Amino acid sequence: MSAPALYGAGAAVAAALLLPEVFLILQASDAGWSEVHSVLVRPLSAELLRNTVSLTVLVAVATGAVGTAAAWCVVRTRLPLARLWGVLVVLPISIPDFIVGYAWHSLFPGFIGLPAAGLVMTLDLYPLVYLPVSAALRRTDPALEETARALGLSGWATFRRAVFPQIRPALLGGMLVVSLAMLAEFGAFEILDFRTFTTEIFTELKVDQPAASVLSLLLVALGAIVLLAEAAGVGAGRRLIRSGPQAPRPPLRARLGAGRIPVLAGLAALLTAALGVPVGTLVYWLTQSHTTTLPASTTLLGAAAATVRYAAAAAVLATAAAVPVALLAAQRRGRLARLIGSSTMLIQSVPGVVIALSLVFFAVRYTFSLYQTSALLILAYALLFFPLALVCVRASAVQASPKLAEMGRSLGCRPAAVFVRVTLPLIAPGIAAGLCIVFLSSVTELTATLVLVPTDVQTLATQFWAYQTNTAYGAAAPYAVAILLLAAVPNLIVGAWFARRRGAPDTAATGG
Amino acid sequence: MKATRWASVSAAAAGALLLAACGSSAGSGSDAAPAAASGGGSSLRGQTITLYNGQHEQTTDALVQAFEKQTGVTVKVRSDDEDVLAQQIQQEGAHSPADVFFTENTPPLARLDEQGLLASLPASTMSAVPAKYSSADQSWVGVSARVSVLVYNTTKLKKSDLPTSVMDLASPRWKGKLDIAPSETDFAPIVTSIAQDKGDAAAVAWLKAIKANAGSHQDPDNESLVANVNKGTTELGVINHYYWYRLREEVGQSGLHSALATFAAGDDGYLLDVSGAAVLKSSQHQAAARALVQFLVSAAGEHVLAGSDSWEYPVGSGVTISTLPPLSGFTPRAFSLSQIGDGSHAVDLLQQAGLL
Repeated sequence: MSAPALYGAGAAVAAALLLPEVFLILQASDAGWSEVHSVLVRPLSAELLRNTVSLTVLVAVATGAVGTAAAWCVVRTRLPLARLWGVLVVLPISIPDFIVGYAWHSLFPGFIGLPAAGLVMTLDLYPLVYLPVSAALRRTDPALEETARALGLSGWATFRRAVFPQIRPALLGGMLVVSLAMLAEFGAFEILDFRTFTTEIFTELKVDQPAASVLSLLLVALGAIVLLAEAAGVGAGRRLIRSGPQAPRPPLRARLGAGRIPVLAGLAALLTAALGVPVGTLVYWLTQSHTTTLPASTTLLGAAAATVRYAAAAAVLATAAAVPVALLAAQRRGRLARLIGSSTMLIQSVPGVVIALSLVFFAVRYTFSLYQTSALLILAYALLFFPLALVCVRASAVQASPKLAEMGRSLGCRPAAVFVRVTLPLIAPGIAAGLCIVFLSSVTELTATLVLVPTDVQTLATQFWAYQTNTAYGAAAPYAVAILLLAAVPNLIVGAWFARRRGAPDTAATGG
Repeated sequence: MKATRWASVSAAAAGALLLAACGSSAGSGSDAAPAAASGGGSSLRGQTITLYNGQHEQTTDALVQAFEKQTGVTVKVRSDDEDVLAQQIQQEGAHSPADVFFTENTPPLARLDEQGLLASLPASTMSAVPAKYSSADQSWVGVSARVSVLVYNTTKLKKSDLPTSVMDLASPRWKGKLDIAPSETDFAPIVTSIAQDKGDAAAVAWLKAIKANAGSHQDPDNESLVANVNKGTTELGVINHYYWYRLREEVGQSGLHSALATFAAGDDGYLLDVSGAAVLKSSQHQAAARALVQFLVSAAGEHVLAGSDSWEYPVGSGVTISTLPPLSGFTPRAFSLSQIGDGSHAVDLLQQAGLL
């Protein structure tokens, strides 16, 4: 791709990603200042803010603790079967929160509110902390810890003073991703009777649509605060300490001794709660005969086909959009490239329901032919999961040396031909990973889907939700299982890809 | 069946066809004739219309299938909460894809009527239902009715423990035992009723008290509420009767740990709620849309309704459901649908009490 084409495509993607924010502001100004004021002074708003913030902080801290502890046990101790634990402990993230919430609620109907929402979300989201922290723990230089011990520090003091500062950026980064997920979550909270901004946006769709716009704006503001915290605080301390220029040694692994029993018991308990309960509950409901008065508005196959269609289209769209932005980020240094790169990050602070509503707002006013069509739903998925596609494609793009493309051009190839024959093959693994991750995220998406699903269509998630809200747990179970199975295939592919990259010796030098 | 199909091909006026097909003797086709002309054909067969369905699918599904079979009209159904759909119709305005709007309660219809978004229904449709169940200006017609009742857990409470008035639910006696679903549309008419009887201040005080009593047991929907009470997670709540009958069908006699009770005759919380249907003024398929609404209130439609898992009382043609106590046996408050209104005042009060 020639430079103008690359910048043009990148800028177009960046502009498209800003659309939801623009629509949101239009929507809120449409609602008017008096509406903003009336929503802000409403007694419920303070309660929602308290609920949203306290649960987000609680789960961020809890996932931080659980994720770090699990990472330490798996990566830094001589745990029996450490490799197997390492695989299992990440799996809960692939189960959508609304299915975890359903599992717990169908088992313990009285377990609701803050404690229930806190537990369910912690069990589902801790891998977002585990993954970066375990990666950091693998890369830390053992020499520092050896020195600390040699200077007489206790094991705990060594962790606190020598190890913790090195994993802190990864830990905080993970906790911030958890916080963003918490702000966007709807399904689990709705099931567990916990009211947050997101659940209230759905309620306001019944009562007062402008109020939903105002709440959306507040929610995005909270997300922006989290993003700013990431940009300001976390990036600053991002360094690993190396004792010398030699190749890093593998990290130290603590001998567990008698401590093996509680560590194993702890990990087993964690996996029982995070994996065993949802999977076991689904199996239980599958085997129960069930009657529901709710008529089936689709078949399992029909819903699965619709889901696959939308998710595949979204995967192609999001990944294609990620390519120019990733190439710019990896290969160009200018201010414009940086501006495009950072502006595309803003979408992370916009939850699915807000993206969906902003698209509805847009379609009703300006492009009614798109209203209630699958195009809008696919676009919402692509916007929502663009950052995931970008991470994958960028990881490949930084390894694809621009020199190869320059060589192609110097040999007389046209820019378009170089792009197809040189650049694309080089970044193909990242593109494949991006396709997989957007596909599986779209399959497991509920919130935006509920708003945007076309008339007369049900996806797996919406049909699950219809049964779930009718407390038809048995009828809902096959749809949940289908979601998990559909997401599992791309999940395994991406998992294998990342595992291979982690093993590759050159990734540490070029990544990040 | 053959005769019906032949009739549908040859009938000049769609209204006449429908009345014949439904076996109704009331009315004449003259009302529907202009609509058939604007619908662009002499037959409805092959047309596709969109139904915005705010009713439970248990009610709508069988009705739509029977209508499709009888008329050859294809009905695309968009199901959501009636209030969400009403808001969507307002937002969509003249573009609305909806031809027919079928609701669980009357306030969303009243709201759309105030905005001039509903078409007038033919007199033949209106006359199929007693006037007290429909709008005075022919903008929507009542289809079925429900009664608001108490549901209570029979292992935790005896019938003699139950409050006789909805106002008593504010008593501290029900702290931690009461289950509410304040954002459900069945709840708003009760708030309106209390406010009109006892004043706004009393209504807000009552709402705050039941919010405190319910604590975390604020459910997003009545299905959850009735399931919680049945399981004993909570002990009692106010619902429309049909949620309990559906639950009974789903859990079976062995899983049933709850029962229904009514408040004292004429109590503020003892109401008759009506489900209604309307044709959108913006509809490009007026004839087919009217045909669907006509079908809902016809004897054929009401028979389908009575045989479905709806558990609502048909209000049209004297069709009764033998498995339900007769509607005439209930003694709800004399509270007209126009008094229930568009529900916006109830929303104000719910917001003041911090429930919305």
